[in-house]
Amino acid sequence: MFETALKGSKKYWGLLFLLFGLHGLGASCFLYQLSKGLTITGMSRDVSWGLYIAQFTFLVGVAASAVMVVLPYYLHNVKEFGKITILGEFLAIASVSMCLMFILVDLGKPMRALNVILHPTPNSILFWDMIVLNGYLFLNLLIGWTVLAAERKQVKPPAWIKPFIYLSIPWAVSIHTVTAFLYAGLPGRHFWLTAIMAARFLGSAFAAGPALLILLCMIVRKVSKFDPGEVAIQKLTNIVLYATIISIFFVILELFTAFYSQIPGHTSTFVYLFTGLHGHSNLVAWWWAFVVLILIATLMLLTPSLRQNDTTLAIACAMVFLSLWIEKGITLVIAGFIPDPFEKITEYAPTPPEIGITLGVWATGFLILTVLYKIAITVKEETA
Amino acid sequence: MESSRRRFLKLVGISMAGLGALSAFDLFERVELGAQELTTDSKALTGKRWAIAVDVAKLDEETVKKAIDACNREHNIPQYDNSEEEIKWIWHDSFEHVFPGQEYDYLPEEIHEKPFLLLCNHCSNPPCVRVCPTRATWQRPDGVVMMDQHRCIGCRYCMAACPFGARSFNWRDAKATYWKENEPPNPKYPLRGKGVVEKCTFCDERLAEGLPPACVEAVADTKALIFGDLDDPDSEIREVLRTRFAIRRKAELGTSPNIYYLV
Amino acid sequence: MYDKGKVITGIVVFVIFFTSPFLIGLVRHGPAPEPELSPKAKQAKQCVESKAYMTEYHMQLLDQWRNAAVRQAERVYLSSTGKHYTVSLQNTCLECHSNKSKFCDKCHNYMDVTPYCWECHIEPKETK
Repeated sequence: MFETALKGSKKYWGLLFLLFGLHGLGASCFLYQLSKGLTITGMSRDVSWGLYIAQFTFLVGVAASAVMVVLPYYLHNVKEFGKITILGEFLAIASVSMCLMFILVDLGKPMRALNVILHPTPNSILFWDMIVLNGYLFLNLLIGWTVLAAERKQVKPPAWIKPFIYLSIPWAVSIHTVTAFLYAGLPGRHFWLTAIMAARFLGSAFAAGPALLILLCMIVRKVSKFDPGEVAIQKLTNIVLYATIISIFFVILELFTAFYSQIPGHTSTFVYLFTGLHGHSNLVAWWWAFVVLILIATLMLLTPSLRQNDTTLAIACAMVFLSLWIEKGITLVIAGFIPDPFEKITEYAPTPPEIGITLGVWATGFLILTVLYKIAITVKEETA
Repeated sequence: MESSRRRFLKLVGISMAGLGALSAFDLFERVELGAQELTTDSKALTGKRWAIAVDVAKLDEETVKKAIDACNREHNIPQYDNSEEEIKWIWHDSFEHVFPGQEYDYLPEEIHEKPFLLLCNHCSNPPCVRVCPTRATWQRPDGVVMMDQHRCIGCRYCMAACPFGARSFNWRDAKATYWKENEPPNPKYPLRGKGVVEKCTFCDERLAEGLPPACVEAVADTKALIFGDLDDPDSEIREVLRTRFAIRRKAELGTSPNIYYLV
Repeated sequence: MYDKGKVITGIVVFVIFFTSPFLIGLVRHGPAPEPELSPKAKQAKQCVESKAYMTEYHMQLLDQWRNAAVRQAERVYLSSTGKHYTVSLQNTCLECHSNKSKFCDKCHNYMDVTPYCWECHIEPKETK
């Protein structure tokens, strides 16, 4: 099946070369980081995780897009999703690959990464995260490839794949839960120490992932003869809408607990995000961008005429994706370190090489995505 | 023709794999010698729960500096001008930052200006140990929260987990930077590699030789730092905790810190 | 045989490519070097274990030592020769083998290995 990725239009190859170029840029920045150490990033003793871990955290959510089409299709027989499950699964593969790459580039000693397997430590949530992420990658590769190969031969998928498909549904929930547990179980980091952290992760994941999937469906429809179907897109839109509203609701729950109790540990990070704290305000603009974008997007998605129009739907989905990228991919992780354990404030801003590596990983992820989507689309066109 | 070539290739493949496996097996083979044995020194200090009591009244700038310098010299701790990349095993700060939330407007001037010594609390229930994915940091039977820089992968999860800011990461290569310019490094102690986390180990290398931690020894004449085993009811530290009131940093988090501040 | 020329060229290229590390090593380094002992090491006559054992297994021994010292707090080594040694690369091994460049590096360079011990462990100052 892979040979279908080797034959394509000039535009397809152009995109691949562009992404490959960005990958090269990231790779050279990474070599620089390897030789100099993580000192070339904006991270510090106090803000010891930055853009890399934040991107990983957000992308775990994007990987959820698969389960949001797989679950309705296989458990509730929503036939319209049958055509696009493969798009969801391939998006999950690309996202989880990016997650793993972001963890690797964040390590001080990446060459020792296998120590996690050599010295397995079940009391560490990071150990479990390694297991669920790799497991999810494996499941989606296996399911996506097997089902697509069967489709190409125009036969039913083999029966043995079914248990794996059912397993992939709770497994998708597990990657968010375990990733949330990385944060939610740490004493002394009040911003993260919240019981609804895993629920928040699931909420924003089921909004951001399907929002990106809608955008990808629209692009696929435009560049190929494969049409994912208007009904499927509208059904996805409903999922995005409700997941976005639930995400906003969860943030409001956090705000109530913090500001009604007025316990400083719980309020100070939110104060830092809304107005800045003791003259430090690096993230205030980002936070307000999140608030404004997600509110406008929700209003747009609530308005029937806007969500049924392709252009406005695309804009709303882009806004959902962008706003949740800010919330999970920037503010949640970085602001968690502010103020530090001494009630002091050290701010963080990524450096150019750090941004280069981040871009490089995103480009590599989209390179994987483009190739996988090319294969899926070709098969769909062949069998149409 | 076709089938014989295939058979040939198969045979070659299998024998190559076999040869490879054999030589790989050889790599894992270990020859053990007869009577080898690794033991602890008979002089080594033994305890169940090492702790330090900090006598706040005796802390002044000179004492604090002595303790910190002794540690920095002993462990070749590099001195950077950039506070964001600092390596700190023992350091000082003011009351409001050491005990955040405990300060109030009418705090005695003396307490307000006092330099408090800070170091790893060697918690009895350490969150850093709980989160480490490789057991590069772990708790010894004597309570010391140890750090193995050979095994650390530099994920910095422990830094996020420590509520006391006691862990430092080697953002850059410290090789050229010893604890002080113009002074050669302590030849008995290693330097550090970039990309790993480190912290105070209660001078495990000195405990092994029967010596107290370097900071404690450096201020021994003032008795500002009292080191001992909390499990031993006759120890000096138990005696001082029996007679004087002490507070610990963020005890409410349940990590059970083993650094006591006598006030 | 079809495409005889192409197949044979392919095989030759394949063999050269996969044996290139060995070939390059042969050309660049020549025969294996003999590490030089420092006067102190010469006088001691015997390392912590026999020469044959040390030549082949010093990496395993050092690995065992570092785990014992750091992780088990076991810092005394009773050798099979019946002698006690302090478990320390920096303070025991290098105390005797004070000529790193002529002892350690010689073979390591020849084998193209760069052990990262020296990232942290201080190498003795050598008088040149």
